[in-house]
Amino acid sequence: MRIGIDVGGTNTDAVVMDGVNVVTTTKTPTTENVTDGIVSALRGVVENSNLDVGSIDGVMIGTTHFTNAMVERRRLEPTACIRLGLPATVCLPPLVDWPDDLAAVLGNHTYLAHGGHEFDGREISAFDSDEVRNIAKDIKSKGINAIAISSVFSPVNSEFETKAAEVVQDVIPDANITLSSTIGRIGLLERENAAVMNACLRNLAVATVSGFKEALSAMNISAPFFISQNDGTLMNADFAADYPVLTFASGPTNSMRGAAFLSDLKDAIVVDVGGTTTDVGVLQQGFPRVAATAVSIGGVRTNFRMPDTLSIGLGGGSIIQENPIKVGPQSVGFELTQKAQVFGGSVLTATDIAVAGGLASVGDQDHVSKIDSTLIKNIIGQIQEMVSVAVDRMKTSASLVPAVIVGGGSILIQDQIEGTSEIVKPNHYSVANAIGAAIAQVGGETDRVFSLAEMSRDEALAEAKTEATDRAVSAGAQADTIEIVDVEEVPLAYLPGNATRIMVKAVGDLAGN
Amino acid sequence: MKTQITVDDVEAVAIGAGILGTGGGGDPYLESIQLRRELKKYGAQQLIDPKMVEEDALMAVVGMIGAPTAGIEKLQEGTELVRAVRLLEEHLDQKFDAIVIAEIGGANSMGPLIAGLQAGIPTVDGDGMGRAFPELQMSTFLFHGDVEVAPLAMVEAGKASVVIPTTIDALWSERLARNLATSMGATAGLAGVVLTGKQVRDYCVPYTMSLACNLGERVLQARAHGEDVSEVIASSLGGKVQLRGKIIDVFRRTTRGFARGNLTIEGFGDTASLLEIDFQNEFLIAKQDGEVVATVPDMICIVTEETGEPISTERLHYGTRVSVLVVPGAAGLKTPEALCVVGPQAFGYETEFKPLPGNLPDNGEVLGKGQPL
Repeated sequence: MRIGIDVGGTNTDAVVMDGVNVVTTTKTPTTENVTDGIVSALRGVVENSNLDVGSIDGVMIGTTHFTNAMVERRRLEPTACIRLGLPATVCLPPLVDWPDDLAAVLGNHTYLAHGGHEFDGREISAFDSDEVRNIAKDIKSKGINAIAISSVFSPVNSEFETKAAEVVQDVIPDANITLSSTIGRIGLLERENAAVMNACLRNLAVATVSGFKEALSAMNISAPFFISQNDGTLMNADFAADYPVLTFASGPTNSMRGAAFLSDLKDAIVVDVGGTTTDVGVLQQGFPRVAATAVSIGGVRTNFRMPDTLSIGLGGGSIIQENPIKVGPQSVGFELTQKAQVFGGSVLTATDIAVAGGLASVGDQDHVSKIDSTLIKNIIGQIQEMVSVAVDRMKTSASLVPAVIVGGGSILIQDQIEGTSEIVKPNHYSVANAIGAAIAQVGGETDRVFSLAEMSRDEALAEAKTEATDRAVSAGAQADTIEIVDVEEVPLAYLPGNATRIMVKAVGDLAGN
Repeated sequence: MKTQITVDDVEAVAIGAGILGTGGGGDPYLESIQLRRELKKYGAQQLIDPKMVEEDALMAVVGMIGAPTAGIEKLQEGTELVRAVRLLEEHLDQKFDAIVIAEIGGANSMGPLIAGLQAGIPTVDGDGMGRAFPELQMSTFLFHGDVEVAPLAMVEAGKASVVIPTTIDALWSERLARNLATSMGATAGLAGVVLTGKQVRDYCVPYTMSLACNLGERVLQARAHGEDVSEVIASSLGGKVQLRGKIIDVFRRTTRGFARGNLTIEGFGDTASLLEIDFQNEFLIAKQDGEVVATVPDMICIVTEETGEPISTERLHYGTRVSVLVVPGAAGLKTPEALCVVGPQAFGYETEFKPLPGNLPDNGEVLGKGQPL
């Protein structure tokens, strides 16, 4: 048995799966303190199915917490960014291409210092520890302790980032530091962006992961637990506390994998309507289509390889403005059941409109009976239009394709969307994310430089594939289920011996079920 | 043609120049952020009509030289190009009247606008390639025997700068400049190829900044209206969509500083046609089921099938769904003299140049179905 849990901005869903069978599901509101929401979701499924907690092999948790925090600009720590690379890089300082509102939330505390390396390992300029110490003092005087450090070509040589971190830690002992070299690949701005996002999310991540732990121990569950990553594979919980950015887009991946599993469709558009956002993605052969170009999170460009999804600020908790009509992007999030009018609150949300318009029956319909019917019609029209536009943008051709609608906010969507051949709302549609988490696989990756002067390309590829497969097995994958899902070769310019970086990823099912 | 570039044009220029990069030239993303910042500071950058320039005006060709992979990591200090221009002026003891774009394809489309803004002189609406090429000598300004690359000036992010007063020929200039650029961290600003107004008028690939901007605007419009973006791009430039399919293999290696390799695309549909493309920084030769369908200096562009976003040779990835577009090159690249420098054999292939019908639009306007709705 395995339990899949999806902690969304609005709802916490849980499913119990026995092999490919869904044993039971539950949906509970996400709580301010995430632990309580998870405990009540776990209690729900355990009690529903009289589950013996000893029979649980693993708990897989997917969370959109961190993505939502970026999108909504909430619960982000003021963060400083120190970049080592002077005199180069001046014309594009850290946060240069961030949306103004998000940069303002973080405080625009950016610093340029000497250091950095050339492509061939020479120093651009010498590391100056006094310079970094003065910067650290300035950061300390502002009361900031979340700090991202980047250095030019740190994926090739991370020495200066490490040195700078030591100096900063010396000045600010409780500093929470993220080094860009631990997160991303070549591409200074994108890697630095990811490091800054990680730094501003660390406090939230530590609190969230310890909340998960408490919830499991409150339920006497001792099975190992995992967190979903952006590529749909699992990572262990402690790692996730340090690297919350690696969970970005795990929600869409889980929901698409869940949608494929539930609908039995391998090629389709998936529309996942959550409480805060709607993510539209494309299934190809049962897997999410991966973005070919840079992906933005909350308006910030990154170079992670992620599912190609379009996220719009529409969900069950979206706050409605009436004049002029505007749906989202602000959401009442997990406070839906207190703040929405159908639940006795005073905020007009998309869920209230769905109930008033007869699309759904949740809460108390009487609370929304006085809303003007033209207004309802116009808002529903706008919601439908937002979804149609998003679906159309994601389609690969003009021909009609099936759309699978999943997620708790599916009630907002009527049974017809322009450009689709059919609308499928599968069983358990509202917990597709949790199902995607429960069926998530374990991955193994290798990423290293091979010299093609010493071996053939085929030999190098074979060796890399074997390594990735072995790593997947040692991470807990069942050997006969392992598939190579990604192969990337990038030649390294200006190095002798035809050096090529080969990255291979293998995934397989978690053994033991 | 356009008479100026404003902050509202930057997105369109980036899209158009990215497509004209034919897989090389670098992603103009970083340069477009910098260009926006400079345009906000200085206002619009004036373009001058290459057919109307004064015969005795003095101009220099500018562009960044190095490796795009280094450039996305070691970002520019921001004044490399204008410092190279000033250094060359000091060397000549003469002032330039305008900046000429070395290469419209890719990231190098933006720097000559930034350098012009910083120097307070206009940029010519035209360039020396009409696309992207990997080496200095591959320029229409140099195919006629009366223009030299040297004297040239090169400047890096820090204090180092160099003037090369003379070299033997364009190839020598390329070798020297390439080695210097590598020493300068594989990103350096270069100003050289000093031209008179008459030479600009006679030799440049005309109105390519306008073309990039108009093409980009047309792509944005096509996306907004849900049109077939690949088809729109191909028609806009007088070319066609050769194949739509999925990348099934990419093989790369680096020799002599250039990323070389080949890729295979399997067409959609039952026939499963195979398209193989050889590349060296740019896409150079396309063969469909064994038959040569396009050759350099004609252009082979790969764009994402859905949004028509150009894919560079560094970003080629197994499984990506793409459209392959073939587009005729600029007329100035197809003379016998030019083909010796930019034809397939100049890149080490045995294939003869097999021209596509037509030429790249030479008035800055997009064509046919590419025309605005």
